[in-house]
Amino acid sequence: MNGAKVELRGLRRNFSGTTALDGLDLTIEPGELIALLGPSGCGKTTALRCVAGFEQPDEGAVLVDGSDITRVPANRRDAGMVFQSYSLFPNLSIRENVAFGLRVRKVAAAKRHARAQELLELIGLPQIGERYPHQLSGGQQQRVALARALALEPRVLLLDEPLSALDAKVRVTLREEIRRLQLSLGITTIFVTHDQEEALSMADRVAVLRAGRLEQVADPATLYDRPATAFVAEFVGTMNRIPGKLSGRTVTVLGQDLPVEGDVPATSDVEVLVRPETVIVTPDPSSEAMILVSSFRGSTSRLRVQLGDLEMLADVPGHDTVRLAPGTRVRVELVERPVLVSASSDVAAAVPVPEHDVV
Amino acid sequence: MAALTPAGPMAPMTPPAIAAEPGGKAGRPRRIRVWRGVVLLVAAVYFLVPLIASFTFTVKDSSKGFTLDAYGQILSAEGFGKSLLLSLGLGVATIVVVLLLTLPAMLAVRLGLPKLKPILEILCTLPLVVPPITFVAGITTILQWGPDHLADTPFFQTIIAAQNPDFPVVLVLAYVILALPFVYRALDAGLGALDARTLVEAARNLGASWPHLLFRVIVPNLRSALASASFLTLALVLGEFTIASLLHYQTFPVWIYTISGSQAQVSVAVSVFSLLITWLLLLALSSAGARQRSGS
Repeated sequence: MNGAKVELRGLRRNFSGTTALDGLDLTIEPGELIALLGPSGCGKTTALRCVAGFEQPDEGAVLVDGSDITRVPANRRDAGMVFQSYSLFPNLSIRENVAFGLRVRKVAAAKRHARAQELLELIGLPQIGERYPHQLSGGQQQRVALARALALEPRVLLLDEPLSALDAKVRVTLREEIRRLQLSLGITTIFVTHDQEEALSMADRVAVLRAGRLEQVADPATLYDRPATAFVAEFVGTMNRIPGKLSGRTVTVLGQDLPVEGDVPATSDVEVLVRPETVIVTPDPSSEAMILVSSFRGSTSRLRVQLGDLEMLADVPGHDTVRLAPGTRVRVELVERPVLVSASSDVAAAVPVPEHDVV
Repeated sequence: MAALTPAGPMAPMTPPAIAAEPGGKAGRPRRIRVWRGVVLLVAAVYFLVPLIASFTFTVKDSSKGFTLDAYGQILSAEGFGKSLLLSLGLGVATIVVVLLLTLPAMLAVRLGLPKLKPILEILCTLPLVVPPITFVAGITTILQWGPDHLADTPFFQTIIAAQNPDFPVVLVLAYVILALPFVYRALDAGLGALDARTLVEAARNLGASWPHLLFRVIVPNLRSALASASFLTLALVLGEFTIASLLHYQTFPVWIYTISGSQAQVSVAVSVFSLLITWLLLLALSSAGARQRSGS
């Protein structure tokens, strides 16, 4: 089994006034796992549904291995799909569920049972063939849904947030399992998610979508380290926005001169985008900066540091937590490396809205 | 069911009862039990008294005291078999037509045109507010107008055939409309409990054609909703009197009415008998529904 090349060309889709896709171009290489990442309403699911055939683009084309399948009905496409909600047929046993596609294609009973068993072994649940979906846990149901999607040996696998209904621990094991299966089968996979951690940990490449357009597509490391735009920078991972003065391709921030990477805005008043892990915090009683909050995360600690009327986030190793308790005066520096800048926004707070680090 | 309904009006009554009794802990369950008993009794009296009265009437004989003769006469009464079969046939035909109409329509609206759902709902509920007598007046007018204006067209034969007294198709059409509200409610509840969109898309994704997914995926998962829709329709057809009578067809209820003029006891016996049949059907249905729930 091997993967097909999937091309999305200028996909456009309007839903009564709102634009879900606004000229999306994306090429997915054979055997690649690509994650479509973006906030809700960015069009990632619509794009996936165009590939599955559940949605017709108003404009543009979907090509699989060079042939245009835009108008091919959903049931004649060569793509298996796993859905966000549990989608197993409640009236069929697990074996019958996995063999459903084979049954539609009129494969002989003995053959399709053998194939179903083979797939159940592949997902590590060989003994559950006789059970019914309601007797399975959520994680098991999604695994069976994956087996069912793979039963017809499709050349494209579509995953529509398959893990979002599961609890955290199952989510992590299952995403590793999906990745392992995908690699061993070499199947081209499009994975829709709003969870950046999921996208970064699983995908060969991550495509960040915003308002129906492609913002950046790159491998996870590049995406994280060298985000092409401020939107990507802030959507993937956490970013501090620290005011700085731009001169040429150098920016002065917190008393340091750092080279600028990427686009340079026209104004000299800029905000420098800095990851929390590139903020160096050292105790210094004479400094005016102070730690406000420290939230311990095991291997690391996230600190909220106040410097004048500026607040920023810094990640430090977990064992430094004791040294850096709230109230400690600290010196703040940035790692010497090229930084992204964007024109100053009117946003009052320099710190991105913290999501989970409220203690 | 009757025993459950008082939960609403009762709920606000219990707290003051507890407040009044210092030893509230033991008092509350007892009070609830008493109330339940009272409500059950009232409901039972309401439902059982007419039944017992009917039954007593059928078995009482001035000379012999107790007799089941009336029930024995049912089978030999003229027209019993014919009218019952006609009504059952009409019922089955109505069920088939109404399900073929509503299920695909409701599925299509749910999947593709959710905005039309309120319109479909109003359309399907409308028959509830139209009195049957109005309905009959309309049908009669059409049936009279039709032959005059369609005399030269092929529709003439159709409109005559639809009124064939051996199997009046026009009654099936009328009953389909009467059954719409009940069928709509039953199927809507069934579809609501099902994630129809995801199941349909999963089946489409696995290569299933529309008919295949309708009969292999949707229908099996709607079994109990379809069963209750069918049952309600059958009960409606077996009990409908106004339309059949005014259009002069000898359906089962019309026959019961006809025979009550000459053999009052037999007609009441038939009513009790048909009630029993209806109960048996209901029991069979609810146990089938329970089996399905425990099985899936």
